[in-house]
Amino acid sequence: MSILVNKNTRVVVQGITGKEGSFHATQCKAYGTQVVAGVTPGKAGQEVEGIPVFNTVRDAMKKAQCDTSLIFVPPPFCADAILEAADAGVKLIICITEGIPVNDMVKVKRALYGRDVRLVGPNCPGVITVDEAKIGIMPGFIHKKGIVGVVSRSGTLTYEAVHQLSTLGLGETTCVGIGGDPVNGTGFVDVLALFEKDPETQAIVMIGEIGGDAEEKAAEFIKKQVKKPVVSFIAGITAPPGRRMGHAGAIISGGKGTATEKMKSLEAAGVRVVKNPAEIGDAVKIALGR
Amino acid sequence: MNVHEFQAKQLFGQFGVPVPRGKEITSPEAGAAWAAELNTPVFVVKAQIHAGGRGKAGGVKITKDKAAVPGLVKELIGKTLITHQTGPKGREVRRLLVEEGAAIAKELYVSILVDRDSGWPVFIASTEGGMEIEVVAAHTPEKIIREAIDPAVGFQAYNGRNIAFALGLPAMEAAVVTPFIQMLGNLYRLFMDKNAAMVEINPLVVTSDKKLIALDGKVSFDDNALFRHADVQQMRDLHEEDPLEIEAGENNLNYIKLDGNIGCMVNGAGLAMATMDVIKLAGSEPANFLDVGGGATKETVAAGFRILLKDPNVKGIFINIFGGIVRCERIAQGVIDAAKEVKINVPLVVRLQGTNADEGRKLLAESSLKLEVANDLWEAAQKIVKLTGKAA
Repeated sequence: MSILVNKNTRVVVQGITGKEGSFHATQCKAYGTQVVAGVTPGKAGQEVEGIPVFNTVRDAMKKAQCDTSLIFVPPPFCADAILEAADAGVKLIICITEGIPVNDMVKVKRALYGRDVRLVGPNCPGVITVDEAKIGIMPGFIHKKGIVGVVSRSGTLTYEAVHQLSTLGLGETTCVGIGGDPVNGTGFVDVLALFEKDPETQAIVMIGEIGGDAEEKAAEFIKKQVKKPVVSFIAGITAPPGRRMGHAGAIISGGKGTATEKMKSLEAAGVRVVKNPAEIGDAVKIALGR
Repeated sequence: MNVHEFQAKQLFGQFGVPVPRGKEITSPEAGAAWAAELNTPVFVVKAQIHAGGRGKAGGVKITKDKAAVPGLVKELIGKTLITHQTGPKGREVRRLLVEEGAAIAKELYVSILVDRDSGWPVFIASTEGGMEIEVVAAHTPEKIIREAIDPAVGFQAYNGRNIAFALGLPAMEAAVVTPFIQMLGNLYRLFMDKNAAMVEINPLVVTSDKKLIALDGKVSFDDNALFRHADVQQMRDLHEEDPLEIEAGENNLNYIKLDGNIGCMVNGAGLAMATMDVIKLAGSEPANFLDVGGGATKETVAAGFRILLKDPNVKGIFINIFGGIVRCERIAQGVIDAAKEVKINVPLVVRLQGTNADEGRKLLAESSLKLEVANDLWEAAQKIVKLTGKAA
């Protein structure tokens, strides 16, 4: 078991003929992911490393029976691409693209509301279920099949945590990047609920950062609904207020969204919060009593 | 991206939000000419900087004497204002807004931004106009009114009624209710059409002759949507930004200057923040946030070095790269090449992990560069803090 994606997941890559799209589609396929189709309008009939390209997601669905979309479409056209995937009946949309206007995401989120489709991202590294499917841009080789579920707002910081878990021999089940944008699809709570139900996942690592109140909402949820041990790190305790720290969503505004506040809420919910990101792996080990 | 008050008010005017008659002024002569044209009982001269708290810092002058306007312009232009938002160095005033005063009967607060949790735009309103809204929210949260707008249909009249009645406006000033609701609709259009990140009017005043006027205005824009708005891009004032941050932007680097002395260069925003945090945990303070991005190259590393070394506070540099798609031996080569171009006269610790980290570390060790190599994040942070401790 695992969450969201596995060896049966059939992926269509939107924006597959672009530089990023073709590189990562190839990497995902090499990891063992079933990348069965690509979409670039006007390029139907071409192939990328043996993956057939279609003009529309609808065509790709018809010919290749995909259930998941991985999006590399440039920001100005990305809202359109997400909505196209949803309309074609894709059930899981993983959007890597960074830099989508917030108001575009406002409209997308509203349009997806109440529909049987899940969006992960945008501005995220994607989702990987170790040794089954890598649907994103994370380096596959740092992962090791194991027992820890990882959910994070960041990319390379997630790799850091995964590297520690793998080195310590704990390994991971599934790692989900929910992205660094202020308006996104799947949140911490959704992923925590999935990990809680997944029999293979024995502990959860949650990596948050300054800005918004997603971590506080997660803390409330953990207190009530999560029995598995949760270890958390919140980036940005040294970040000054009012400045965007790279990610569009990483900003302390009006005194809200500080790392200290988030750490406090999580600790109150029984989460083991580490102040040093180098200690994430060790903290999981302790939490599991190993 | 932030803009000046006079620019925010120009946008308000375009979208049918009432503002005082006013003009951007940069010289006493222009001030005199505009005062003559304005010909109003009360003149307001306001310093235009991208920071709040201007009034308390002496950046806003009021006079009833038309002839006094050029003198006030002369006094304010070139003055450095220090407010709670400018930092101790303050900000030089380069332009002013000269506008007509208003006879204030009542001050309100209105703003609009996106609520991150729901993903819906939300109006925030309060009867406590003219105060800092954070203070109002902290001390009297019951005086903060929130009204979410369904982005599928946009602003509706009932949204406006909800806000107006919650403010007690019909009981207070029945005459302004209809124009108030219209104005809220116009603000929503401005917010969505121009891809604003926030629109704020504080205060929105009701005058003694029962007119609504946006007496102050603040608009910030979503940087990711600027490509759609050439008019907004033209409003950018580079004088209001840190020169190093401008240079970083030109090199596609994400840099924010801070006050510590350890410069850091990292790939990825989350890891960059975590690196700053680790520097502090190890006993020092970061000099900056610098994300070289996922596709770091020799060129970006060199540009990063140049920017870090231009900050006179930097006493040491910590490079932290977790190679994913980026290969560590390329970064290592980038560091070696950049060090030849840029003279690095402070201690340097390089931590490489991930893809081809061993090859990268080997390249660095074999180079003639004076640097320390580290495998582990915590080990690296302690090293650079120890080295800069000696240097200081």
